[in-house]
Amino acid sequence: MAVTDRITEIQTEAEQAIAAAGSTAELEELRVRFLGRKAELPNLLRGVAQLPPEERGAVGKAANLARQALEGRISEREAALAAAELEDQLERDRVDVTLPGTPAQPTGSLHVLHQTWRELEDVFLGLGFTVLDGPEVETVHYNFDALNHDPAHPARAWTDTFYVADNVVLRTHTSPMQVRAMEAHPPPLYVVIPGRVYRRDYDATHLPQFHQVEGLAVDEDITLADLKGTLLSFARTVFGDERQIRLRPHFFPFTEPSVEIDVSCSNCKGGTLKDGSRCPVCKGTTWLEILGAGMVDPNVLRAVGSEAYDPDKVQGFAFGMGIERIAMLKHGIPDLRLYIENDVRFLEQFG
Amino acid sequence: MRLPLAWLSEYVHPGGDPWELADALSATGTEVAGVDRFGIKAEGFEHLVVGKVLTAEQHPDADRLKVTTVDVGEAEPAQIVCGAPNVAAGQTVAVARPGTVMPDGMKLKRAKLRGVESQGMIVSERELGLGDDHSGIMVLPDGIAAPGTLLAELFEISTDVLELELTPNRPDCLGIYGMAREVHAATGSPLTAPPWAGVELPPAGELEGVTITVEDPELCPRFTALVYDDVTVGPSPTWMKARLAAAGQRSINNVVDITNYVMLLTGQPLHAFDLDRIAGGELTVRTAGPGEQITTLDDVVRTLDDQMVIIEDADGPTSIAGIMGGQRSEVVPETARVLMEVANWNGPNINRTSWKLALRSEASSRFEKGLAPEQTLEAQAVAHQLMVDLTGAKVRPALIDVGGAPAEPVVIRLRAQRVESLLGSSIPLERQEAILRSLEFEVAPAEDGLDVTVPAFRRNDVTREADLVEEVARIDGVDNLPATLPRRRDAAGRLSPKQKLRRRAEDAVVGRGLRGIMGWSFTSEAVLDRLRIPAGTQRRAAVRLANPMSEDHALLRTTLVGSLLDVAAHNLARGASDLGLFERGAVYFTNDESPLATEEDHLAVLLTGRVAPPTWADGAPPAADFFAAKAVLEAVARRLRVDLEFRQAEQLTLHPGRSADVYVGDELVGWVGEIHPLVAAAWDIEQTVAMFEVDLGAILDVAVTVAGEEQYVDVTSFPAVRQDIAVVVGPAVQAADVVATARDAGGALLSSAEVFDVYEGEQVGEGNRSLAVHLEFRAPDRTLTDEDADKARAKIVTALSEKLGAVHRG
Repeated sequence: MAVTDRITEIQTEAEQAIAAAGSTAELEELRVRFLGRKAELPNLLRGVAQLPPEERGAVGKAANLARQALEGRISEREAALAAAELEDQLERDRVDVTLPGTPAQPTGSLHVLHQTWRELEDVFLGLGFTVLDGPEVETVHYNFDALNHDPAHPARAWTDTFYVADNVVLRTHTSPMQVRAMEAHPPPLYVVIPGRVYRRDYDATHLPQFHQVEGLAVDEDITLADLKGTLLSFARTVFGDERQIRLRPHFFPFTEPSVEIDVSCSNCKGGTLKDGSRCPVCKGTTWLEILGAGMVDPNVLRAVGSEAYDPDKVQGFAFGMGIERIAMLKHGIPDLRLYIENDVRFLEQFG
Repeated sequence: MRLPLAWLSEYVHPGGDPWELADALSATGTEVAGVDRFGIKAEGFEHLVVGKVLTAEQHPDADRLKVTTVDVGEAEPAQIVCGAPNVAAGQTVAVARPGTVMPDGMKLKRAKLRGVESQGMIVSERELGLGDDHSGIMVLPDGIAAPGTLLAELFEISTDVLELELTPNRPDCLGIYGMAREVHAATGSPLTAPPWAGVELPPAGELEGVTITVEDPELCPRFTALVYDDVTVGPSPTWMKARLAAAGQRSINNVVDITNYVMLLTGQPLHAFDLDRIAGGELTVRTAGPGEQITTLDDVVRTLDDQMVIIEDADGPTSIAGIMGGQRSEVVPETARVLMEVANWNGPNINRTSWKLALRSEASSRFEKGLAPEQTLEAQAVAHQLMVDLTGAKVRPALIDVGGAPAEPVVIRLRAQRVESLLGSSIPLERQEAILRSLEFEVAPAEDGLDVTVPAFRRNDVTREADLVEEVARIDGVDNLPATLPRRRDAAGRLSPKQKLRRRAEDAVVGRGLRGIMGWSFTSEAVLDRLRIPAGTQRRAAVRLANPMSEDHALLRTTLVGSLLDVAAHNLARGASDLGLFERGAVYFTNDESPLATEEDHLAVLLTGRVAPPTWADGAPPAADFFAAKAVLEAVARRLRVDLEFRQAEQLTLHPGRSADVYVGDELVGWVGEIHPLVAAAWDIEQTVAMFEVDLGAILDVAVTVAGEEQYVDVTSFPAVRQDIAVVVGPAVQAADVVATARDAGGALLSSAEVFDVYEGEQVGEGNRSLAVHLEFRAPDRTLTDEDADKARAKIVTALSEKLGAVHRG
């Protein structure tokens, strides 16, 4: 048999085997068998030099072509097999995608009051206020005297306020920071002070510890209208763009004029629900009381004892709101005691 | 305060429904908590009429019932069965016909009583809510009105009542007429003359047999008295009972009712003495001796101090001034001569006495807010008229008036410019003037605004220009102001670096899947005992409340552990088994240098149960232990760029072998550890509880110097070379010692050294441990060669051997 016939025979045999190969591993075996170092076809190529010169050209060419053809077949077959094998592998990898993720990633949160606290800070940061904090154990001077409380003001009573000593109390509001802030910083002053406060009251609607945010703006030309605009921005940011606010005159020892501020109820229309029943949130009044405020009383400015806070030169507004109440209104929390109970089934509901 | 609108309408009558009036009052500064309906209901009140009893016969089948026929103004008399013993033919009575809705909400219907039809009911005072008397039906004066006349036309037996929440600066509103002024200003509805107008009082002077002495005029600025003879004590007329009842006051007898009625009307309390029971006919106002005792009307013995004011007669104290009278000289049915006292007391002093004795009365709640001395004569005038009209009394010819009228009224300048600059909106001068006049301020023009004279009854409240601005603003309507924003000159809203990092620390903990709690600031000695905190240590230096609400809440907390364990126990008892909780909040220590407390901002974490929820792929995640808590703390420290050092330490609260003190540099900032099983057991917790608590404020003070403004470090241009070593160390050597020694020896090239494997076993010898450490070498200016790293590593191996006796394994 002529050498070229043998080459054709090898090529035919190899092509059949390649076509029949069922895996990339098998294909690799075939590559070794037909094209490897000890295989016949490469040997033929290497033996071309020993052939008579007239045969060399034809045999060399045939062997080369055969080798190239086989290499091509193997590559093609390899790509096809690899694709099929990957397909198989992916099929075997298939999972039930409805099973929960694992390992489980626990999710955390701030306490809902803490979240509200931060939200209120952020609202007033956006309005140009900075955030201060101050002592919870406070002197009677800052808590009452400097805030223009009458010496006989009922809030001073031991029945209402926690005392540590005759002249030291647990602050009953965040307002003592008004005078402390003014003592520490010259005007213009734009600050909010969130913090914990205490009153001797413990029933369904009062906890002896709760949280407030105090606000204070003092400059040469701060007006009651500015207070209204600032708190309207606050109300809309926290409760929604549709909200209105209402100012009602009130009395606080440390502001004059004083107002209470209501925000329009978002739970109802005109005080009634769709089923015609009275709205339980605003109790049918369409307004929700959210904070007390007013123009800083001249006596409070005077209590700073600094020329920079001369009540003839500067004026300002102050406000104080309860964080618990804001969170209750925002989230529909029905009972103050939930805040202090810290049941995880409650904590998990927010944030 | 209750404001019956029927009574109010005698002085001002704005009309409209009660809610409109409530809104008008709210908008001008008088808070209305609600509207109550007094007496029979509005629905069906046309069925309550005057009747004339024509006949009254015994019921055929009931001993205690009578069958009456009553003329109710219709063609046929009504047949009514009546159980009252006093019913008789010829009486004028009140008849509730079917359809009437009684004060208790019951709607009357035709009924048969023991077989006899009854077309309504003859009513008693009690059934109308006018008093307690239910001994019989209410008998009206003969000829008061024709049968069929609506009873509501004769008496204010049915009225809307506003429930007011008055602010403490407005004692002038604690009377019907004071509120009438406010309604007038708020609504513009005309105001009639006050009830004391036109009443002539006897001239001031002395009376024989009656001596009044005021020892302390500071505490009793004015004491007035009128004396009445020929007083007949008896029941009050129905119209007065109706008014008192609507205002929430029980009827006692005509004299006592007059004092209450006048107080409700004028806001000025009065007190009626039985003159014959005032020993010696003399009353002295003086401060009590320390420890002096008095029995008040409510039959309680009160112990006084030397700032409390009493009124005494020749036999000793009879009343606590301005707060409560004594039994000895009160008006009784036999009283014939009355001394009507109307005094003015020092408000703060009354307030102090009232809360020191925990004794409040209608009188004290008015006096404590500071009334005007002028009000005494207003009340005397109204009472005088009623004493004469209702008790037949004759007044003696002089008014005793100790203290007399007070000083001249105050005039305050109200600058127009000031009104505008404070409100941010202008109010026309004429409008300002009209508002102030409607509030009974006198107004005169001034060059830059108005000169305003404050009426006596507002003297304590309105003392400055700002107070006048408030008056003008509140009546004009503060709600009408424009909404503007402050100019915010120089204002930049931002958190301080420390506040930002505090949020970062909290977020790091939240990011580890923990739930924030907010616990009580209050704690107790018992909790500190349960935490086994030794006496004399800092955490026993707790701030103690002088007036705690309970012994459980008598101290301020010095650690967050108590509240976290409380919350853990609460949740474990309710079915939770795995908890990751944290709290950030203040703890408080007594401070020798300041009356205030040292307040620290702490962060504490509590882990118990599995560190992660089990899943279908991992059914048993490990339980939280010392290292779990430490890992959370390390995560926080990494976020704050602060290096923490952990030193083995023991405290009785914690597991002795599984706890460490935490340092930043040389400063002790907290601890981490497993809670001692005995402590956990005190909270009924059986599983391991791992916690840490750190002084976050102290850590943030360090963090602000390194974190928040992080600067870029090049880690890509010159890659690091990593090598591992393993050394065997003896039992006394801690992992931190190996790392610290490696750091020292590694020099500037060593960028990190971390223990990644720990092995104990026979191969390394009893008690010894093999520690494997990742070393990372890096130079900022070149790529290190293996030889560079080898050299540094060799130095580390030598140092570990020399300093710690470590044997190099590879």
